[in-house]
Amino acid sequence: MGSGTSTRHHFAFQNAERAFKAAALIQRWYRRYTARLEMRRRCTWSIFQSIEYAGQQDQVKLHDFFSYLMDHFIPSSHNERDFLTRMFTEDRFAQDSEMEKCSDYESIEVPDSYTGPRLSFPLLPDHATALIEAFRLKQQLHARYVLNLLYETKKHLVQLPNINRVSTCYSEEITVCGDLHGQLDDLIFIFYKNGLPSPERSYVFNGDFVDRGKDSVEILMILFAFMLVYPKEFHLNRGNHEDHMVNLRYGFTKEVMNKYKIHGKEILRTLKDVFCWLPLATLIDEKVLILHGGVSDITDLELLDKIERNKIVSTMRCKTRRKNEKQMEEKGKANRKSSAQEPIPWFLPQSRSLPSSPLRFSSYKAHKTSRSSSIPCGGCLDRRELSRQVRSSVELELERCRQQAGLLVTGQKEEPSRSASEADSEAGELQKPTQEEWRQVVDILWSDPMAQEGCKANTIRGGGCYFGPDVTQQLLQKYNLQFLIRSHECKPEGYEFCHNRKVLTIFSASNYYEVGSNRGAYVKLGPALTPHIVQYQANKVTNTLTMRQRISRVEESALRALREKLFAHSSDLLSEFKKHDADKVGLASKQLCHYQQK
Amino acid sequence: MSSTRGPATGSLSTASRAPEVNEDIRFPQEEGGSSVKQRRRKREIGTIIRSLGCCPTEGELHDLIAEVEEEEPTGYIRFEKFLPVMTEILLERRYRPIPEDVLLRAFEVLDSAKRGFLTKDELIKYMTEEGEPFSQEEMEEMLSAAIDPESNSIHYKDYITMMVIDEN
Repeated sequence: MGSGTSTRHHFAFQNAERAFKAAALIQRWYRRYTARLEMRRRCTWSIFQSIEYAGQQDQVKLHDFFSYLMDHFIPSSHNERDFLTRMFTEDRFAQDSEMEKCSDYESIEVPDSYTGPRLSFPLLPDHATALIEAFRLKQQLHARYVLNLLYETKKHLVQLPNINRVSTCYSEEITVCGDLHGQLDDLIFIFYKNGLPSPERSYVFNGDFVDRGKDSVEILMILFAFMLVYPKEFHLNRGNHEDHMVNLRYGFTKEVMNKYKIHGKEILRTLKDVFCWLPLATLIDEKVLILHGGVSDITDLELLDKIERNKIVSTMRCKTRRKNEKQMEEKGKANRKSSAQEPIPWFLPQSRSLPSSPLRFSSYKAHKTSRSSSIPCGGCLDRRELSRQVRSSVELELERCRQQAGLLVTGQKEEPSRSASEADSEAGELQKPTQEEWRQVVDILWSDPMAQEGCKANTIRGGGCYFGPDVTQQLLQKYNLQFLIRSHECKPEGYEFCHNRKVLTIFSASNYYEVGSNRGAYVKLGPALTPHIVQYQANKVTNTLTMRQRISRVEESALRALREKLFAHSSDLLSEFKKHDADKVGLASKQLCHYQQK
Repeated sequence: MSSTRGPATGSLSTASRAPEVNEDIRFPQEEGGSSVKQRRRKREIGTIIRSLGCCPTEGELHDLIAEVEEEEPTGYIRFEKFLPVMTEILLERRYRPIPEDVLLRAFEVLDSAKRGFLTKDELIKYMTEEGEPFSQEEMEEMLSAAIDPESNSIHYKDYITMMVIDEN
């Protein structure tokens, strides 16, 4: 009996042990499988992101190059001078007659056959919801209403401060959304899931409403409409894509011209104005700061509060103001003390900066300390004398042309006494921002957080900087803030905390790179401003796929994109490889390095 | 395929391995430079080691991390410390991956009645109660791919075949 039981026990024990071991084995194997899947996902992500940022970097570099040419072009003949002035005056006409154009929408007739939504001002909540419904049914808003809405939007924006101050005592909850990038489905989903904006439901949209997606116009219409209907509860921040120069490359300009064949140009012109009047940041209860990109070690909220934000029409290009010589000297000294050396454009031989990728660690380390890499050119170089001559001669020509054309000099801030002012197509009657003001804005619109301490130039994007946890801490302490909400970077889960949960990245465009690539998210701030995140993925298909299938699909897409790039640059790559035959560097990193350069 | 993905999945040759480890560590880091966050070490280091072809248990992983982390945990693991340990592991061919037939036998052990499948509940029970239990997330993930929704069970032979093909 006894032995029987003990044998049974023995067997039982053995069985249990075997089951345990078997289970452990399966788990061990499965974990390795998922780890490899995760690695594939990250590689895919890296590929997409590198391509995205390389594109941005390209644009900045190209832009720097042309800006430099413009700065230093000396018109050697009458013809060339004419050419320059023609280039400048074309826009100038537009600028000056813009005032008329703005109210010109009234002359645009809406045919009776038009079945889309009709707006009347002042807007009512019903109008805004009607817009959403109409766009959901793929209708298009007539150009007249678009222009009307933009005109009213600008009138409203002009009254707003650079930093919106919001208080939670009025509305019970505040929802903050990140990049939408023309993805209307995501916006509709957010309103559906979270509720429409109302006096009890505040919203903050943190920039990058346009570009890349196909419904940027519709998104803008909806956002602006709600802003006009609920001005106290609905807030918009400017993103780096609310910028006509960036739009040229990333699809918004094209979308507008496609959808509005007759009035597209006018719409774009008006938009240029609207974008530069968007507020730069939102502050909730003086505790939570919301801005699009990030901060830098020189971010000065008081300064940002005071600048004339509409002077910064595009962060791509900025002719900064030249004061008369005495002031220039002082300011120059002050600037040089506060910031690092003046950036030398990347294409000049003296430049120490090389276009760097996240993988080229040798050159990367060299830049850790200095910030002299390819930051969007501020236009201030040591060739002042030369440029001043150029400018004054061109300026004189412009004066003459203006008089010839019989244009009235409008009462806006003209600079007849400023002999050293730049002749810029944008400039006209607007005063230019100073180098520091411009950099402050670029920093908050373009920067990304990083894990290491410190603050270094964001060479991958070509603008702003990478800021470390110490920079965040310093800023939060200086202004007595609790945490920072920003967007600007796509995250797989739609959101990400970093810097010890002091920085929250929120990204609201799901499936951004490809169907299944990432979730979108928005954050609700409850009492005591605790964040509560809601995630989603606006695509029925992805929910039914397993992780493995999703990753495979996204991977395929990334590899396809990579293949196209490689194909486009194959001859360059071959010559590079031949040069570096001895190296044992992994293939993938090399390829990424190279097309980052191109 | 594998050429664009970083370190090859093929056999471990000794000398050429070390530089590939370099690339692998750096590749997935966005701005990490030469450090890996310790806060997520179980996932990060585990992910890295496993994607290099090794198949350690959670316990072995834990010991490994203890070996490479700083005396006073700073929240980071230094690459310089990690590299020699990892190289040794690779050279010794430690934590070898599990061959298909061994995996099959493991499932068969759990399938005491030798039916050729495990029910969903049985799988959950074993994976979350035995061995080194799965988290709920891991369990759900496994279920989504493994379970045949009609029969609500996992036909493990087919499952293994499918996963192994996918690996390559």
